[in-house]
Amino acid sequence: MTHAALIDPLRVRQDFSLLAPTEGGARLVYLDSAATSQKPNAVLEAMDDYYRCANANVHRGVYRLAQEATERFEDGRRAVAELVTAPLPGTIFTKNATEAINLVAWAWGLRTLRPHDVVMVTEMEHHSGIVPWQIVAKMTGAEVRFAPITPEGELDHEWIDHTLASAPVRMVSIVHVSNVLGTINPVTDIVARAHAHGALVLVDASQSVPHMPVSFADIGCDFMAFTGHKMLGPTGIGVLVGRPELLDEMEPFLGGGEMIADVRTDGSDWADLPSKFEAGTPPIAESVGLGAACAYLSSLGLDAVRAHEVHLTAYALDALSEIEGLRIFGPRDPARRGGAISFHLPDLHPHDIAQLVDADNICVRAGHHCAKPLMRALGVNATARASTYIYNDTGDIDAFVTALHRARAYFAG
Amino acid sequence: MPGLDDLYQQLILDHYRRPRHRGTLSDPTIEVDQHNPLCGDELHITVRIVDDQITEIAHAGEGCSISQSSASMMSDAVVGHSVADALTMIEHFRRVMHGDIVADETILGDAIALEGVAKYPVRIKCALLSWMALKDGLINGTPTAQEDQ
Repeated sequence: MTHAALIDPLRVRQDFSLLAPTEGGARLVYLDSAATSQKPNAVLEAMDDYYRCANANVHRGVYRLAQEATERFEDGRRAVAELVTAPLPGTIFTKNATEAINLVAWAWGLRTLRPHDVVMVTEMEHHSGIVPWQIVAKMTGAEVRFAPITPEGELDHEWIDHTLASAPVRMVSIVHVSNVLGTINPVTDIVARAHAHGALVLVDASQSVPHMPVSFADIGCDFMAFTGHKMLGPTGIGVLVGRPELLDEMEPFLGGGEMIADVRTDGSDWADLPSKFEAGTPPIAESVGLGAACAYLSSLGLDAVRAHEVHLTAYALDALSEIEGLRIFGPRDPARRGGAISFHLPDLHPHDIAQLVDADNICVRAGHHCAKPLMRALGVNATARASTYIYNDTGDIDAFVTALHRARAYFAG
Repeated sequence: MPGLDDLYQQLILDHYRRPRHRGTLSDPTIEVDQHNPLCGDELHITVRIVDDQITEIAHAGEGCSISQSSASMMSDAVVGHSVADALTMIEHFRRVMHGDIVADETILGDAIALEGVAKYPVRIKCALLSWMALKDGLINGTPTAQEDQ
């Protein structure tokens, strides 16, 4: 889509049953899409239709129903690969982004990393981009180093370049868009710098693929992980995209049915990609749902989705900045960030914020957002976070700001 | 605030705005750190025990209104009591939070105001944080950082 139409959130909301107003006129103001998105009816209907009309196990049966199921399942994979310009054999279904990163940590890291090798992560990683590497580092003797963040909530690129030049960095595992700060990291640039020093790069694209055009081919990374449920799809399905030549060299992560070419009593041979990394019955209905989600996003146009996010984020940053004492974390320029806005109020704990605005039917997140090293770097225990998506409008931001003022007054007594 | 007044009772807000026993005792008999893994809140409790009586208690750290007011109310409740009595109070409070029993004001004092928290599952840990910290301290004499399940 070259010239995308703007998003009309009121029109979009009609596709989401959960966001419809109640008979009394009350409606949900859902500002937690960074945790999980709501699902359009098209996704629910595609999954329902699959179970009602085409349910069978895939890749096994010779009967027509099994063929139909297999086709719908593989259609989902094709839709995902097309959305992010990924090679089809390198588009692997996992149960979530966490499992996708673990797959790389175990199937690549455990066999490749040697004592004193360095895995570079960042202070703004989600725990899923940290802990798998810590586990594998402990087993291999490798070391996990954290790229620090600047006071503006951006990566310290001098540190990254210095470390790439001076340490045996084998893997750079980095988040594309921070789920806390919203920061959009220049991953294409980082990939080029890492590759120049012989390091591979895994990009955690969980917060970017749902919100902006993302191309595996253009970023040039070796692995990319994201999840279905943040991009209008169901839970239970994630995606690992990998360069097929790398995946071919790797040993499997999980063993079982589906991932073998032959099983003998003296050993087994692995199936071709992507099956080699998809042991057991895969998330079939979930692939169908994710395919429908990709179609829905494409029909809106991801340029338009991103433009809407920039518009809402600019509005929200302005509105929140006017609240006295409120500290916003992350970049202030909407063009440099995603739609997740974390903030801190000196006199109102995030838990209390989330609880009090819930009384006004507003859903926001409170806590450490699975990013405790980042919380420590920011000097807080927890933040409140509002995050937007295609069904939100400026009215939602206004409702949240009003509720924040009410919450503050309630506690001030 | 509609629907929330059973959670945020006036006594809770009062203890949150003007916490009792806030601070840190120097040279305490018992010292405990506890954190809530769900939200990262941290709590530091110091206790002075003389002849098996809790003569002084103080709490420090960061937390939400529920965890902070609960620490304040708990401190009020246990100070001046024996270790055994304090453990009885803690167990009573724990069972109230889990919805097993009705709160007894003669045992809990102001902390009875927290009874409504039992209806908000994600906030129960906030309310229990200080009580479980004190329990750990009284039983083990040394800090442990495991939350109540």
